[in-house]
Amino acid sequence: MVETALVDWSRLQFALTAGYHWLFVPLTLGLAVIMATMESIYVATGDEFWKRTTKFWMKIFAINFAVGIATGIILEFEFGTNWSNYSWFVGDIFGAPLAIEGIFAFFMEATFFAVMFFGWEKVSKRFHLAATWLTGIGAAISAVWILIANAWMQNPVGMEFNPDTVRHEMVDFWALVFNPVAVSKFFHSVFSGWMTGAIFVIGISSWYLLKRRETRFALSSIRVAAIVGIVGTLAVMFSGDSSGVHAAKYQPMKLAAAEGLEEGGPRAPFSIVPGVEIPAMLSILATHDVDGYVPGINNILDGYTTPDGERHLSADEKIERGRIALEAFASYRELKDSDPEAAAVARQTLDENIEYFGYGYIDSKEELVPPVTLVYWAFRVMVYVGGFLLMLMVVVLWLERRNRLKDMRWLLWVAMLSIPLVYLAGQAGWIVAEVGRQPWVIDGLLPVKAAVSSVSVAVVQTTFWLFVAIFTLFLVIEMRIMIKAIKQGPNIETK
Amino acid sequence: MITYEFLQHYWWFLIALLGGLLVFLLFVQGGNALIFFAGKSESERQLIVNSTGRKWELTFTTLVTFGGAFFASFPLFYSTSFGGAYWVWILILVTFVFQAVSYEFQSKAGNLLGKRTFRIFLTLNGCLAPLLIGTAVGTFFTGSDFTVNKGAVGNIASPVISRWGNEWHGLEAVANPFNVEFGLMVTMLAVSLGALYLINNVDSDKLAQQLRRSLMVCFGLFLILFVVVCYNLITMEGFAVDASGEVFMQKGKYFANLVEMPAVLALLLSGAVLLVVGVVITLLRKDFKRGIWLSGPGTVFAVMALFMVVGYNNTAYYPSTADLASSLTLANSSSSEFTLRTMAVVSLIIPFVVAYIAYFWRQMDKKSLTTEELESGEKY
Repeated sequence: MVETALVDWSRLQFALTAGYHWLFVPLTLGLAVIMATMESIYVATGDEFWKRTTKFWMKIFAINFAVGIATGIILEFEFGTNWSNYSWFVGDIFGAPLAIEGIFAFFMEATFFAVMFFGWEKVSKRFHLAATWLTGIGAAISAVWILIANAWMQNPVGMEFNPDTVRHEMVDFWALVFNPVAVSKFFHSVFSGWMTGAIFVIGISSWYLLKRRETRFALSSIRVAAIVGIVGTLAVMFSGDSSGVHAAKYQPMKLAAAEGLEEGGPRAPFSIVPGVEIPAMLSILATHDVDGYVPGINNILDGYTTPDGERHLSADEKIERGRIALEAFASYRELKDSDPEAAAVARQTLDENIEYFGYGYIDSKEELVPPVTLVYWAFRVMVYVGGFLLMLMVVVLWLERRNRLKDMRWLLWVAMLSIPLVYLAGQAGWIVAEVGRQPWVIDGLLPVKAAVSSVSVAVVQTTFWLFVAIFTLFLVIEMRIMIKAIKQGPNIETK
Repeated sequence: MITYEFLQHYWWFLIALLGGLLVFLLFVQGGNALIFFAGKSESERQLIVNSTGRKWELTFTTLVTFGGAFFASFPLFYSTSFGGAYWVWILILVTFVFQAVSYEFQSKAGNLLGKRTFRIFLTLNGCLAPLLIGTAVGTFFTGSDFTVNKGAVGNIASPVISRWGNEWHGLEAVANPFNVEFGLMVTMLAVSLGALYLINNVDSDKLAQQLRRSLMVCFGLFLILFVVVCYNLITMEGFAVDASGEVFMQKGKYFANLVEMPAVLALLLSGAVLLVVGVVITLLRKDFKRGIWLSGPGTVFAVMALFMVVGYNNTAYYPSTADLASSLTLANSSSSEFTLRTMAVVSLIIPFVVAYIAYFWRQMDKKSLTTEELESGEKY
């Protein structure tokens, strides 16, 4: 029997690692673009000021980069250590993007990071600039592949189940790469990194302005960051819109949970906060049609028919067909050597019900509902904070262009205090994506409880607390070092 | 004709190549193991840290890619070994995680633990990572305590495919002397390579002299361990696979593999010769600094040959002592033909990646690292 505690602790450990990893990665993605833009200005103008500005942010980038790498390696290996069944059951598909990520992206990042950081005096100016851009591009390419892998877990495509090897096998690589969920996920995640980088740079620059230090440095940094951040946020909004449409299409339960929508239908309302709704808004967002049908949690559990006549099975029917698939699988395995004809019959039953294979592991339909309150609020935090940050960046840029920003001390305080908010939004986004998918590790195919490794709860608890200690220690040290480096400042004006 | 079997062998070749490159790049760990032993003064220690610090990401990335490539090509290994020998892999990861932050943190203001602590982390990773990785690879020859039952997926209450047979989860590997010898051998090799790399990369006569002394001791120990391991490899029972896929014990299997695959034997011998020659010339001629460029490729060749011995010629590369039939072979643990074929196309980029890494390595290391450079430029 797979213990619930084992599944929960394994999930918690993965969530911990992924959550920490996503504290460092978005800053890497965003700061890379900001400092590469700054260095481009340096190369174009030859102004030493921009070189020093670039170098200061590069120093911050490096402090952050190392911890991102450290948490990333654990994440990769945890698929094997804690989700061993998963690793075999879908490794034929899932391993490929991970390997490609290493070959294409990580070596690029590692190589050009060293040139960028240590090569100022060793390679030409233009060459150095190229290395800075390539470090950022390497980071973005790594995001492409890991998000293709993640998108496949949300919307599995391009594979077939093989009962002889007992796994899903890839049959269409390009379906995997151009999975619509992957495309919007890539833009949504990478551009949210631009937002993070921008808010980070604006917040710290605001501190300098409040301290009346490094004024030119701070204002110039704010200008570059705000432009990158506004572009990024707009892209986040557009990709967020298509993510919503994809959720409605491929993961209706996630959408229903994110909305706390129990009974759906056409003209479904969007909930601003509990009790305050905009009529028909959810239908518009999810289907781009006022009359679009959006199923609620109960509809999905009880089964429903969309206006175009397509019938969706109830949870009980899916579970039943899942059980049929699992039984057919077991008989096929048993009979394939002794009685090929009976095995062929079992195989056919399996193929007819394979779509619901994962449901066979589900004990009751309640299991199929993700934690609604958490997902509902995480979604709202993500969207509202994102909207607030966009306004903030527009106002900051506008005032900076009019040369009034440095006197608006309250706004500088707001900007500085917004740094934690952008991280909160990023974490909330991943909670929507990952908690919203529960109980599935691969939507509809494999529930978390059938994916976990066979280790004892105590073992996972031990490594969980070990990682809590290590990551927290690193986070504290990183923040201390950054704060010291920021207090010390770029010292441009004294030179 | 590119058959499924060919693709499985091709991918094992790539795993061997990545494994070989990884052990070569463990010179970063080996160098760090010497921070306190060969580096007598602060400036010498700083030189060592900054010299390995410009390469550590390559080692780290190779480890990550080794994991990713293994996952993509032989996922049953990924699920069986990582989920089973849990503690070994977690320990390896933890030492690398401490290493990853230690360079950046060690000399920065506000780092909480102080420079010395972070250098101790680097030294610990330097000693333990090669030891643990080596010990884990030792089990490729001696076997581990696990069972694999793919049919378990049909069991709703208990669908786990790969199960470990004991609660030590991999730590029991140290009970077998061969694994420990293997681990120690890899450690001594890594430290020797580290010394060779630093002699080449750092421009300091005094440090070079201390490094040569460390090299002599560590390489001497390596040679002893190498002989012991080779003797065991030649005489031990190996895990052979017959035409029907059944695994059985065969006396002298690994030696037989060398005899039956002369190309692998030649690779092993040429690797060993290059490795020894690189060290011997370095020790004999005080002005010779290029030993790493002989011993490094030698290491790659020798490690590749060992991977081929344990994977090719009908051998179970990750054998189970609990249940011979559960042993992993290239045939029963690989990805599907489609995936291997697709990834084989992807792998064509590898020479290009190696080429640009080599090009930038040369660009960055035209001049050896000096204390003067550390005073004027960026440093850890």
